[in-house]
Amino acid sequence: MSLLAPVGALIFSLLVASIALVLVGFNPLTAFAEMGKFAWSAASLVSISNRAVPLFMSGLAVAIGFKMGLFNIGVEGQYLLAAVFAAYFGAIVNLPPVLHVLFIILVAMIVGALWSGIAGILKVTRGVHEVIATIMLNAIAVGLVAWLLANFFRKVDPGDLNIKTAELPHSAWFPSLNPLLNTIGIPPPPGPTMQGFMLVAIVFGIVFYLLVWRSRYGFELRASGINPDAARMSGVEPSGMVMQTMLLSGALAGLVGLSPLLGYFHRYTQDFPSGLGFTGIAVALLGRNHPVGIFLGALLFGFMDRSALILDLKGIPREIVTIIQGVVVLAVVVAYEVVTRMIQRQEVAAAAEAAKSDAEEVA
Amino acid sequence: MPDAPAVELSNITKRFPGVVANDQVNLRVMPAEIHAVVGENGAGKSTLMKILYGMQAPDEGEITMAGQEVRFRSPRDAINAGIGMVHQHFMLADQLTVLENIILGSEPHIGMRIDFQRAKQKLGELSQAYGLAVDPDALVEDLSVGERQRVEILKVLFRGARILILDEPTAVLVPQEVDELFASMRELAGEGVTIIFISHKLDEVLSIADVITVIRQGRTISTVSPDEVDAQKLAEMMVGSELPTPETRESTVGERVLLRVEGLSVRSQDSDRMLLDDVSFTIREGEIVGIAGVEGNGQATLIDALMGLLPLDEGLIELADKDMSRQSTRELREAGLGLIPEDRHRQALLLPEPLWENAMLGHQTVSPFSRGFWIDRKGAHRRTDEIIRVYGVMAPGADTPAIALSGGNQQKFIVGREMLADPLVLIAAQPTRGIDVGAQAAVWDQLRSARAAGLAVLLVSADLEELIGLSDTLWVILRGRLVARLDPATTTPEELGSYMTGVRT
Amino acid sequence: MKRWTPKTKTGRRLWAALLWGSAGVFVLAVVQQIAGTRELTSAGTFGASLRLAMPIMLAGLGAVFSERSGIVNIGLEGMMIMGTWFGAWGAWQFSNPWAGVLFGVLGGGLGGLIHAIATVTFAVDHIVSGVAINILAAGGMRFLSAVSYSADSGGGTTQSPHVSGVGTFSLPFLAGGDLFGWRTPDVFGWFESRHWFFISDVGGILRGLTGDLSWLTLVALLLVPLSIWVLWKTPWGLRLRSCGENPYSAESLGVRVLRMKYYGVVISGAMAGLGGTMLVLVQAGIYREGQTAGRGFIGLAALIFGNWNPAGVLAGASLFGFADALRLRSEGAVHALLLFIAVLLALLVVWQLYRRRWVPAAVSGLFAILFLVLYETLSVVPTQFISFTPHLTTLLVLGLATQRLRMPAADGLRYRKGEAV
Repeated sequence: MSLLAPVGALIFSLLVASIALVLVGFNPLTAFAEMGKFAWSAASLVSISNRAVPLFMSGLAVAIGFKMGLFNIGVEGQYLLAAVFAAYFGAIVNLPPVLHVLFIILVAMIVGALWSGIAGILKVTRGVHEVIATIMLNAIAVGLVAWLLANFFRKVDPGDLNIKTAELPHSAWFPSLNPLLNTIGIPPPPGPTMQGFMLVAIVFGIVFYLLVWRSRYGFELRASGINPDAARMSGVEPSGMVMQTMLLSGALAGLVGLSPLLGYFHRYTQDFPSGLGFTGIAVALLGRNHPVGIFLGALLFGFMDRSALILDLKGIPREIVTIIQGVVVLAVVVAYEVVTRMIQRQEVAAAAEAAKSDAEEVA
Repeated sequence: MPDAPAVELSNITKRFPGVVANDQVNLRVMPAEIHAVVGENGAGKSTLMKILYGMQAPDEGEITMAGQEVRFRSPRDAINAGIGMVHQHFMLADQLTVLENIILGSEPHIGMRIDFQRAKQKLGELSQAYGLAVDPDALVEDLSVGERQRVEILKVLFRGARILILDEPTAVLVPQEVDELFASMRELAGEGVTIIFISHKLDEVLSIADVITVIRQGRTISTVSPDEVDAQKLAEMMVGSELPTPETRESTVGERVLLRVEGLSVRSQDSDRMLLDDVSFTIREGEIVGIAGVEGNGQATLIDALMGLLPLDEGLIELADKDMSRQSTRELREAGLGLIPEDRHRQALLLPEPLWENAMLGHQTVSPFSRGFWIDRKGAHRRTDEIIRVYGVMAPGADTPAIALSGGNQQKFIVGREMLADPLVLIAAQPTRGIDVGAQAAVWDQLRSARAAGLAVLLVSADLEELIGLSDTLWVILRGRLVARLDPATTTPEELGSYMTGVRT
Repeated sequence: MKRWTPKTKTGRRLWAALLWGSAGVFVLAVVQQIAGTRELTSAGTFGASLRLAMPIMLAGLGAVFSERSGIVNIGLEGMMIMGTWFGAWGAWQFSNPWAGVLFGVLGGGLGGLIHAIATVTFAVDHIVSGVAINILAAGGMRFLSAVSYSADSGGGTTQSPHVSGVGTFSLPFLAGGDLFGWRTPDVFGWFESRHWFFISDVGGILRGLTGDLSWLTLVALLLVPLSIWVLWKTPWGLRLRSCGENPYSAESLGVRVLRMKYYGVVISGAMAGLGGTMLVLVQAGIYREGQTAGRGFIGLAALIFGNWNPAGVLAGASLFGFADALRLRSEGAVHALLLFIAVLLALLVVWQLYRRRWVPAAVSGLFAILFLVLYETLSVVPTQFISFTPHLTTLLVLGLATQRLRMPAADGLRYRKGEAV
């Protein structure tokens, strides 16, 4: 039952995309077939997994806010800021391998949390809605990153016009998982390696689950999202909750850029991947704020981004993928709403039946 | 030729999933008659009135007006037919003016513009004719409860209603305001307006109605005139058996003071009004202290302040001799303060969540619900099963979502959750509001036995019988001050009402 | 001597606005003298402010209709994006800017319709739906660009070909506009060129507001009094507002609540679409991806700042438009803006001390000192910072605005018909 909504939404969006393709004179079936074929290769597997990891982290960051009705749209700005700080500070210290990575993770989480915390403070003290605050902070963050990169964090190499930070020492490079591929019988493809940060992401996914569903904080988080009045009556302090959650969300956001940073780029440049914050929102919505759903959603989006590459070569506008992605997000939120109500109606009826039969038994 | 009824409902049947709300109900109302429809909560009165007002369609049966059959597809049809409904929970937009609320949906207009002049004129005429004075430019949020009801009545009169449906109109009024309302009703009937009013307050019904129809479990039981019956007989018809009475036996009040409140004062944020002004009282173990008052005189503020949700401008709260004035809600709860809130859906339940998670609400920091940082699921399940068993909650199990339970069962669950957490002091706000008589009796029993075991209870209620029946000590709150301390054994609803409205000080 | 106050409520409000406005101009004039720039009150700056304020204002005005009907509309940014794309496309396809206006409005309205279906018919959470629409709009417009604009037309995936804008006019006499073909003298411009303290500043401001006005600007400005009239003086407007205050009450009186909500949301989309179209036709002459740069959200900020009233939205949008304009005009102007903000904050501190609000006064005081320091130390504001001037301004304004704001009581409520208690 719980898969009904996302699968239904996906089918609906494929339908819409097909209509769009037909209208501009392409055959949707060949397009989808090409996408599927292209994605089913070793190189694609690596690429999809690499794309999915930051999306997964981004989805987690957004989801923890969503769970209590907080909309952290600022993941974008938070992760970019965190990445540039992490790249700079990671390059100026010297630590043994594992510690070095941990240090970078720490820096990223702190920066992300602080930036997100600004929106939290504004909400708690001045009642500024976090959607507007985080979006404004995104714009400010982008400007800040550019300024920091140009003035303080820049490593100038003679002859190189690129604006970038210093390269991270090898102790900060996250090992690749290509050896793992070998053991399961897949020869590692040429090109980018399968990034090992995936393991860290999985760990955070587990932590997310335990935190939200098995801890006291998680109970209060979910209660605040479902019924803030009842949560207050039960002892939850709303402003404390908001701050805690925004900080956590920002900390998770800080990690979004670390997979590409530690596994591939090893420095922050102007080409550093952007837009992951916004896609994370889509992934969180698709995955209904549950780590497993977010994982699947991240894979789906990674798959779609990867398969879009082949469309260019075949002369099909690759932007059809963005249509699918956009429609699926909207369709899935509608579908979830409809399915939830259906389930609720069933449950109310079932309980009424059970109560009636209980009463009959008693009588 | 005999008079045709102003409106007649014949063989009305309405089914909802799992329940038949109305079963072949018949109701005949003659013109200019004050016709009371009585029945307990859940008997089907509200559904019947919703059908008459066009908000629901009947599955079977007809509605006839002045001999002609009519079919209402929406409230608009009913309004056009001259039927006006005054709801129990006022349907007013606080931030719009009285005039805007009244003309909404039937605005007099010149072309595309609202004709405010004509509207005010018509409103003035109605106010004069029926003695219902209001200020058209006032914002509804600034009005008193009685004034708001007047706006609701004017709303339907403005649309030319000749048949008025009043749904539990006296639920939020004190005796003096009830008298004013009844005077208005007699005047309206005198002008030819037909009035149907729904109530479960039998003495009021007997004093104002010309005809009484009793409904029980979706069926019409009988239609009588007030001369033929008394309150006891009516009650028996309503319930079908003997009414439980909230009477007390011997006193269980002990020596130890469990809750002491002294000089509690809270100032409003927006104005200089004192929401609570120098409130002081004590509750001893084994004592139920009742607070009576018209809604909106500080009861909600008092509860919020005691629960640590509001900062105190002045005053002291002591729980079992410990100063808790500056403590947070969590600390108060952990110290043994329990709460049955007034609005169970909004303040006490996570509706889509299973019962075992709802059992944690308010107690999630202590055993058996959590161990340090983590939730103890098994412990929560065990406690939930206990609540269900001991408090007679009709639910399939601990994993049932709270929304699936009926109102009465939800309330029993909440009572059980608070009681089994073994509180020192329990605040019970409207503990039996909107639940059926059986559940109400169960809750009263539980409160009494808990009191006998030494629990201190603060009972805040609008149900005067409940207050008089359960309390050992009774205070009256008015404009944030405790204006009277009465003995429940000797006071009367009239005396109580006088203090509640400030007639007596 | 008896102090004269106007008789009607509107008159009193306009008089108050005039007094406050004059005080503000005075402060600006003083700041300009100190900072040594003429840009803060120049005609160029104010002309640009007006141009840039309009899209923000339209988004905010649209938001008034939506939120007063009870639906929060975060998707205004996406609807504005649709407005920019369809506006450019319409103008290009039919070689007529007014066709662009039509299509831009329709495009935004389409976005509004989608939001309405999700929130009104399916009762999806309003903010979630809005966010989804923003995502969909961004992707959708990119796709449409890819299929509509081939390389030789001058466009591409991220931009459209050039389109001509709507015409402009200047007020005769005051700003040197044409009167039946005769070039009238430019009175305000003349005053501005005198460089007289305060008088020239007023002249510059007024010249900016009356000269080189696009016809669309006039249309947009007229929508403000029109909206006020519709919302408060017509039955339709009353019913719309009631849906945002107490939809169950409205429902019980026969108001078609769901239908009104649809109207409110579609109108908000159409207005945002018009705002986007203005960005293309009045400002840029081209559609470019990312053109809206968050103006839809700034419009929401204007809504909050304006306490959900059209006049307030205009005031807020003007403020944000001013910040936006300064960014484009000169770096010196942004530099002077820092001083201006510092002075305003200092005045705010005085006011808060007078009201005995100690903590807010301390916070404002800190920020005032911060801005003063920034003014002194930065002789030139870095370009990267200039890019986010309007966004920072929005954040500051929202953070410092008093909390005496009141949104419609049932705003954001997931309403379902017949669910009244």
